[in-house]
Amino acid sequence: MLQAPEITPEVVEKDKLYRDMGITDEEFGMIKKILGRLPNFTETGIFSVMWSEHCSYKTSKPVLAKFPTKAPHVIQGPGEGAGIIDIGDNQAVVFKVESHNHPSAVEPYQGAATGVGGIIRDVFSMGARPIALLNSLRFGNLTSGRVKYLFEEVVHGIAGYGNCVGVPTVGGEVQFDNCYEGNPLVNAMCVGLIDQKDIQKGIAAGIGNTIIYAGARTGRDGIHGATFASEDLSEESESKRPSVQVGDPFMEKLLIEACLEVIHCNALVGIQDMGAAGLTSSASEMASKAGTGMEMNLDLIPQRELNMTPYEMMLSESQERMLLCVKQGEEQEIIDIFEKYGLEAVAVGKVTDDKKFRLLHKGEVAADIPVDSLAEDAPVYHKPSKVPGYYEEFQAMDNYIPDVKNQAEALKALLQQPTIASKEWVYDQYDSMVQTNTVVTPGSDAAVVRVRGYDKALAMTTDCNSRYIYLDPEVGGKIAVAEAARNIICSGARPLGLTDGLNFGNPDKPEVFWQIEKSVDGMSEACLKLNTPVISGNVSLYNESGNQAIFPTPVVGMVGLHESLDHITPSFFQAEGDAIYVIGEATPEFGGSELQNVFENKYFGKAPAIDLDVEAKRQTQLLQAIQSGLVASAHDLAEGGLGVALAESLFGTNLGCVVDVDGNLTTALFSETQSRFIVSVKQENREVFEASVEDAKLIGSVTNTKMLQVTKADETVIEESVADLTALWKGAIPCLLKSKA
Amino acid sequence: MKFAVIVFPGSNCDRDMYHAAKDALGAEAELVWYQTANLEDYDAILVPGGFSYGDYLRCGAIAATSHIVTEIKREAAKGKPVLGVCNGFQILLEAGLLPGALLRNKNLKFMCRFEDLVVENSKTMFSSAYEEKQVISLPIAHGEGNYYCDDATLKQLKANNQIVFTYANNPNGSVEDIAGIVNEEGNVLGMMPHPERAVESILGGDDGLNLFKSVLNNWREAYVTGA
Amino acid sequence: MKKVKIYITLKQGVLDPQGKAVQDSLNTLGYEDVLSARVGKYMELTMDDHADVEKQVEEMCVKLLANPVIEDYAYTVEEVVVS
Repeated sequence: MLQAPEITPEVVEKDKLYRDMGITDEEFGMIKKILGRLPNFTETGIFSVMWSEHCSYKTSKPVLAKFPTKAPHVIQGPGEGAGIIDIGDNQAVVFKVESHNHPSAVEPYQGAATGVGGIIRDVFSMGARPIALLNSLRFGNLTSGRVKYLFEEVVHGIAGYGNCVGVPTVGGEVQFDNCYEGNPLVNAMCVGLIDQKDIQKGIAAGIGNTIIYAGARTGRDGIHGATFASEDLSEESESKRPSVQVGDPFMEKLLIEACLEVIHCNALVGIQDMGAAGLTSSASEMASKAGTGMEMNLDLIPQRELNMTPYEMMLSESQERMLLCVKQGEEQEIIDIFEKYGLEAVAVGKVTDDKKFRLLHKGEVAADIPVDSLAEDAPVYHKPSKVPGYYEEFQAMDNYIPDVKNQAEALKALLQQPTIASKEWVYDQYDSMVQTNTVVTPGSDAAVVRVRGYDKALAMTTDCNSRYIYLDPEVGGKIAVAEAARNIICSGARPLGLTDGLNFGNPDKPEVFWQIEKSVDGMSEACLKLNTPVISGNVSLYNESGNQAIFPTPVVGMVGLHESLDHITPSFFQAEGDAIYVIGEATPEFGGSELQNVFENKYFGKAPAIDLDVEAKRQTQLLQAIQSGLVASAHDLAEGGLGVALAESLFGTNLGCVVDVDGNLTTALFSETQSRFIVSVKQENREVFEASVEDAKLIGSVTNTKMLQVTKADETVIEESVADLTALWKGAIPCLLKSKA
Repeated sequence: MKFAVIVFPGSNCDRDMYHAAKDALGAEAELVWYQTANLEDYDAILVPGGFSYGDYLRCGAIAATSHIVTEIKREAAKGKPVLGVCNGFQILLEAGLLPGALLRNKNLKFMCRFEDLVVENSKTMFSSAYEEKQVISLPIAHGEGNYYCDDATLKQLKANNQIVFTYANNPNGSVEDIAGIVNEEGNVLGMMPHPERAVESILGGDDGLNLFKSVLNNWREAYVTGA
Repeated sequence: MKKVKIYITLKQGVLDPQGKAVQDSLNTLGYEDVLSARVGKYMELTMDDHADVEKQVEEMCVKLLANPVIEDYAYTVEEVVVS
């Protein structure tokens, strides 16, 4: 146990204890200058978490500044718990994605569960009711026992937490690649709905107002979690297990209900959850944002364990805790609400006018720090970046086209690739329907949640093909945003904005930093073109194990608005006789494709090209066609190209299809050329549809044969029963999990 | 007719149940916090799903010890309809209002999906709007919905025609595919599937609505003069 | 003070899928001598001295801690020496 009082400031400096907390010698020098003296042990700890990458974005800040974050419909951009977008009728949608990669790598159940808990708190601390959860997950290949364990436990943890709090898990994605073997990614996104008048801010304003601590007691769990998240994973990580927090979804459910009641009290000034860096970040940020100071008496903090030191209390990441600023003299009204739900709520401090962050403990000053120095004076690093050798090599390669002998067998192989295969095994474990608003459940391009009482709904998706981004971060970054938007469009909604979950390797490596810069460049360009500002996000760096960095994985979580429930469009075929169109032509593009993975078991060459003008035009025209009621179903072409998209359009239906393709068969069926869609249209709407969507080409029709048939100039290329394909597609993941490692 | 929807700490299908009764059925409904003193003013009691007390100890066990359950028992004894869904079913079992217990699903996993049910008894006050042997589709969402009872109890359930719903394709391993049962008097129904999640076609089906309609129709027949 | 240790297990005859999963898993790990596994719950209560501690514990088990429909319970009561 760390006993702060025995470690004098002089010892902290002489023995360089700050280095263990992740503070460099230069940063320690800055701290001394800010304080005008040596920091004590507790203060050093406070600086270390606030200046960690997780809280300060000191490495990524210069890059993040490039994201477009403003638009007339954006009410709150990055900087608060979550971003907010206007959806009309004085309502707004609140959303954010957050990573919990490192905790999930060492304790997958709790790591994933607390990731879900944390992102839900970010949303309801804004005053919004959480209405949906999505998860973007990455694992190694499902062949090792460890990966299977991580996969099963992460899913179990998400289910355990999400199901209990009563927020439906409606969507997300899971992908598998070797690079995630030792460092899985667990990114959770929460979407909330709010009446604009109820929007809260995390501020501690009004000199003399009271600071109230509510929720679970503080224990020693998760100390230094924020710093932990900012380091490479090593074998030592296993022994850092105490850093992993344990979640209590029951407590969270009570906190949600209590907080959503509290926001209607006039007495409430500000509210923020205690996330990464716990009490330290919530308290100092609330004061800093309000331009005030704060004094807290740590003896009053509800504690779960005996003899906790100020250092431990300030750095604990115990879950399910909130910090509130309440008008002086009106505390009881708020405390009573928490009590109704059986929750502890106690006054622990007050707002001061001296812009200091002062902590008292057993009659002594445990810390006294200029509050702005924690939130605003963290150093900003401009890391060197360098084009990696592999990129230049890939760019110089000849175009790669896999030599497919049998198209039907290739299709079957693709459908059984875990990244493409049905994720039913995963989402069957999630309660996707609680709150009874889920119109489109998991398994489609985008989930759709209606807004009760209004003729509108929200579409939401997460997306990121990291293989393309690995091959070419800038192009891949554009694709990630464009593909998310395609998912939203296909469901019949207009994209509103996105939250980014940036997962990268060690930014101290110039090649990794280059990946970060370039992918943000690409994403930003696509955001501007598609009018989807970035309203919130999260950065997770140092995702490496055994010196192997993950593929750069900037997850895009996007939300769109259905302006009428009539616009909600399924992703699968609807009726026999409907015409099938493909929007956009295929060119041979197999770099980073699933077929390349099948054939070569690695990725190389160029990423598929993307022209954002073409993308924007097709998205706009398709959405207009959908809104005009011309489209029966719409699905975007992604991994596995047209062949896989056709199969996916048939799964779960009693239908079949006949389509005719021309040119190179492998290209026509499996190329991953961008900006493409497969759309089915009723016969009577064909003429108008063709006139409104320029690049649509008729390729066949929906049948009642329950067969997937592809012909080329009247010669049969593929003729497979949908039932057989479904069995392969659904059976792949359960089969891999059952097989012995 | 006025429905009470009981809200325990950790209930999470309470609003769904409320909307089913109020918006889909068009009856009066109120959310009733578990510390409320009595339930005399209500005509029917709905115990919703969720994770009361986090499912800690055993699903429904802690909620079953609360004062409001004594009140539910009192109203049930008067013959008022009491419906427990999912965690509500677990609470009614733990409270002894219905016989048997629920175990973890045989595959040890939480399951959420639509399942086909067979209406085994369409003569109860909860199922009279259905046809006997009608197959309906309702969502399930549970980790511990595997109904268990001993042979003597099962014999009794059958003899009294207390099995109201069975699964067409048993998802959780329950005895005799049981999905829902009533008490001997026929006014307390417990079931794992969620009728309140299937009251609007936009959400995938409305087969659950007839359950609420049955309750309303039977109440009207019994209490509304001239009906 | 007394320390009460309570063990709750599924009744014989009630299917214990969790126990089965544990057994399978142990067998897979090479512990083939494991013929069966049952998973239960263990609780510890610290209680003030009272003439009928056992009677109270018995009641607690029936009323709340165990569900007699599916579960058996057993307990031990030990003296705790407060130092």
